[in-house]
Amino acid sequence: MSPDKLIYQANQIATFFASQPEDEQVEGVADHINKFWDPRMRAKLFEITDQGTEGFKPMVVAALDRINRPVSTGVTS
Amino acid sequence: MPLIQEIDYGTPASASEKTVRLVIDGASVEVPEGTSIMRASMEAGIAIPKLCATDMVDAFGSCRLCLVEIEGRNGTPSSCTTPVAEGMVVHTQTGRLKDIRRGVMELYISDHPLDCLTCAANGDCELQDMAGAVGLREVRYGQDGDNHVKARQNGEANPRYLPKDESNPYFTYDPSKCIVCSRCVRACEEVQGTFALTIEGRGFDSRVSPGMHESFLASECVSCGACVQACPTATLTEKSVIEIGQPEHSVVTTCAYCGVGCSFKAEMRGQEVVRMVPWKDGKANRGHSCVKGRFAWGYATHKDRILNPMVREKITDPWREVGWDEAFAHVAKEFRRLQFQYGKGAIGGITSSRCTNEETFLVQKLVRAGFGNNNVDTCARVCHSPTGYGLGKAFGTSAGTQDFDSVEHTDVVILIGANPTDGHPVFASRLKKRLRQGAKLIVIDPRRIDLVRSAHIEASHHLPLKPGTNVAVLTALAHVIVTEDLFDEAFIRERCDWSEFEDWASFVADPANSPEATEAFTGVPASELRGAARLYARGGNGAIYYGLGVTEHSQGSTTVMAIANLAMATGNIGRPGVGVNPLRGQNNVQGACDMGSFPHELPGYRHISGSDVRDVFEKLWGVELNPEPGLRIPNMLDAAVDGSFRGIYIQGEDILQSDPDTKHVKAGLEAMECVVVHDLFLNETANCAHVFLPGSTFLEKDGTFTNAERRINRVRKVMTPKNGLSDWEVTLKLAQAMGLGWSYDHPSQIMDEIALTTPSFASVSYKLLEEKGSVQWPCNEARPEGTPVMHLDGFVRGRGKFIRTEYVATDERTGPRFPLLLTTGRILSQYNVGAQTRRTENVAWHAEDLLEIHPHDAEQRGIRDGDLVKLASRSGETALRAKITERVAPGVVYTTFHHPGTQANVITTDFTDWATNCPEYKVTAVQVSPSNGPTVWQEEYEAQAAQSRRIAAEEALEPAE
Repeated sequence: MSPDKLIYQANQIATFFASQPEDEQVEGVADHINKFWDPRMRAKLFEITDQGTEGFKPMVVAALDRINRPVSTGVTS
Repeated sequence: MPLIQEIDYGTPASASEKTVRLVIDGASVEVPEGTSIMRASMEAGIAIPKLCATDMVDAFGSCRLCLVEIEGRNGTPSSCTTPVAEGMVVHTQTGRLKDIRRGVMELYISDHPLDCLTCAANGDCELQDMAGAVGLREVRYGQDGDNHVKARQNGEANPRYLPKDESNPYFTYDPSKCIVCSRCVRACEEVQGTFALTIEGRGFDSRVSPGMHESFLASECVSCGACVQACPTATLTEKSVIEIGQPEHSVVTTCAYCGVGCSFKAEMRGQEVVRMVPWKDGKANRGHSCVKGRFAWGYATHKDRILNPMVREKITDPWREVGWDEAFAHVAKEFRRLQFQYGKGAIGGITSSRCTNEETFLVQKLVRAGFGNNNVDTCARVCHSPTGYGLGKAFGTSAGTQDFDSVEHTDVVILIGANPTDGHPVFASRLKKRLRQGAKLIVIDPRRIDLVRSAHIEASHHLPLKPGTNVAVLTALAHVIVTEDLFDEAFIRERCDWSEFEDWASFVADPANSPEATEAFTGVPASELRGAARLYARGGNGAIYYGLGVTEHSQGSTTVMAIANLAMATGNIGRPGVGVNPLRGQNNVQGACDMGSFPHELPGYRHISGSDVRDVFEKLWGVELNPEPGLRIPNMLDAAVDGSFRGIYIQGEDILQSDPDTKHVKAGLEAMECVVVHDLFLNETANCAHVFLPGSTFLEKDGTFTNAERRINRVRKVMTPKNGLSDWEVTLKLAQAMGLGWSYDHPSQIMDEIALTTPSFASVSYKLLEEKGSVQWPCNEARPEGTPVMHLDGFVRGRGKFIRTEYVATDERTGPRFPLLLTTGRILSQYNVGAQTRRTENVAWHAEDLLEIHPHDAEQRGIRDGDLVKLASRSGETALRAKITERVAPGVVYTTFHHPGTQANVITTDFTDWATNCPEYKVTAVQVSPSNGPTVWQEEYEAQAAQSRRIAAEEALEPAE
């Protein structure tokens, strides 16, 4: 997935949770990504954010600590 | 296995709980109050002669054959129109009645051809039966008087004679055999609700007329078949019966088209289907059907079906036919090679919503247990995945809350983003019946669909919103309900969390969410919206039905939550007549979701990360399951382009045609090294495939489908698979070739495994389905009979959850380059990608996809009706014909995606729902301009498709040039 598309989709999730009660926002983003993003998408997320978080909504950045860093993606490419 | 003969009671059943007792021919009978004497007699086993009465329509009393004598009453009343009364004494057979009946039959027969031996209805003719029943031995009037039978009489043309109408591809209308009983006219009105038929003329001139004396095909007739079913003679007859003859046995099975899941009797002669007749005891359809299920099954024997497995090295090569064993061995070798070379996660599978629960279960099992990853998804990704997410969050489970019978108790229906008269026709007929009884309708749709206004139906409110503004409109409805104090406080306090409600209420009450504030961008007049909100909240039992116009948006999941909020706020959950009802697209979308087709959850909607759930399957399957969610379809395609996803097994789906942004799908498929397509035909996806495994039709296998009301219906095999194997056997043998020690002899064993592992299916078995006909899940120890209405006493998740639903405009916006909004949908006669229906006579109604455009927009662009136009978006462009209509609003255009030549999905974009990646099919910014031919893309695609479909063996037979 292109970095732009991945950033876009992460921000879409943050946009939804931005309107939710404050204590559910960051946790909501992290939980959603943990539950629905396969390891290679999460690996790509960290690959990008480890370089810099430009383009990401602050809520995605805040959620990074709670998003599971995949140990292995199960693929090589 | 004999022909199933259903008893015709003559008039519909009475719903009264009070009973009355009467005496018929000396026997004491007790029946519900309001029952006709005819029905009461039939229930007691006495068949009163009849012609114009049948229990699918109300009594009419025109044929004068069903007369009876009642002690203490004058004359000979018709038993169909006379209700029973306490203490009544009825005689059905007296000298007087015999004389009258025989006299009536003489009159009928004096104007009826006497070609019984060569008549298509021979053996299934009620007129013939009645002639026998009343002892007709002569016709004193002869056959030479005025009649409708003979084309020429006394050397001259007979002006009363009308030739046979064979315009409908599936049935004929022979006016010479008509006895003008009006059963067809009433079936069209009462059962189908189309009002296409009428009786024209008076007295002896009376005759059945489609529309205004038109042919059936040219009239408003939707070819549902109800009239054919109702006809007591050969006047309306299936062409297949004319060709083949009467069936000799029948088997009850389930239609493989839309999510209504109608039950049919497959009426057979040997292994040849003579006709499909809707089954009266089918609980989804109650004896009704549509043109697809009733007639469009010819694809099962179409010459295009591929019957041998095929393999090729490169997708530019011609196909090479191989034996099954070679095909399985090849796939197994390739998949294992890809996993060895690129990693375990480099392959995956797609389950089919057109296949059975058992087949779907096996495909996800193959992926999870055999491939060792969770890269499995299903076409629900592109249709109802937001329903799964949204209803799961709000109620705790992903399913419609009601059965279809529930609509009979509904007072107000909100219909959002669904067009049931085209997409779910049998449900639409049931809905229209309820509307004619007085229920109110609110339509929220950018198009003026048929239900907004058609014969004897008119919506109280039509909210013609701009595509993409669902959340704003639904939140505005909630705004009115909260700020005008229309919510059901008692229900909310009992069933939901009051503080969550208060939080949500303060959010929706914000003036920014008022109808007046949102009107500017939704286009919905505030006063109409307020009226609709008041009607839904205070109009009695309120039910919401919705379709893909809700889910296929970047805010699809949010819209589903907004729907759940409305139902909870007004207390419209947990009893007959109310609820939240997603209308599922394909026959087994519900089932495919239930069976664990999504990459993040195991059967029964349980997240793969839960170790307890994994443990159940790990113990049974003897493998360790991967706890991480797998790739969704769009993610698979992205990963393929990236190079980390190399092989896929696709059962019964055509993603190249059905999924958005065709160019991206094609790029993904072309990047893979082993694409395995398992289907009936060389579909579009097969153009990019390396292995083709021939599939079997629903007529060729045993299994179950689960319809939109969670009803598990049996699919029964009526013929041997032409390709040799049922689809479940193909997956089984593929798994075995990959080294999995599976053994199943019959799909019932797969269902037993589902029941063993999935609590909501715990009590489901083929034995139970034989007994009950069908059951609705949850079906377990707590609910051994199944569950018609869900959330009766509490929500599955405990308390219902109110969720804030803030409107976020999609990033797909109109601008100077693309000033119009394209929205897509479907049409009655075609189904999904059209692979099945395009190979039937249904093309008579819809031979190509058309672009609906408003006269204003057409005029601005110099487009006339029928012109070829170019439709362009930032994704691509295609050419198709324009249809100028006011059904769409100015600024909005609409088309269907049934034909691969049109390629509507070249136009759609890669925007998706924020939560589930369900594509935003319903909103694409486009431009429309006159065109003089197909686009370059279409031409190239067509050429490549033809190239790709070559089969080597066939080519060798062609003479060299």
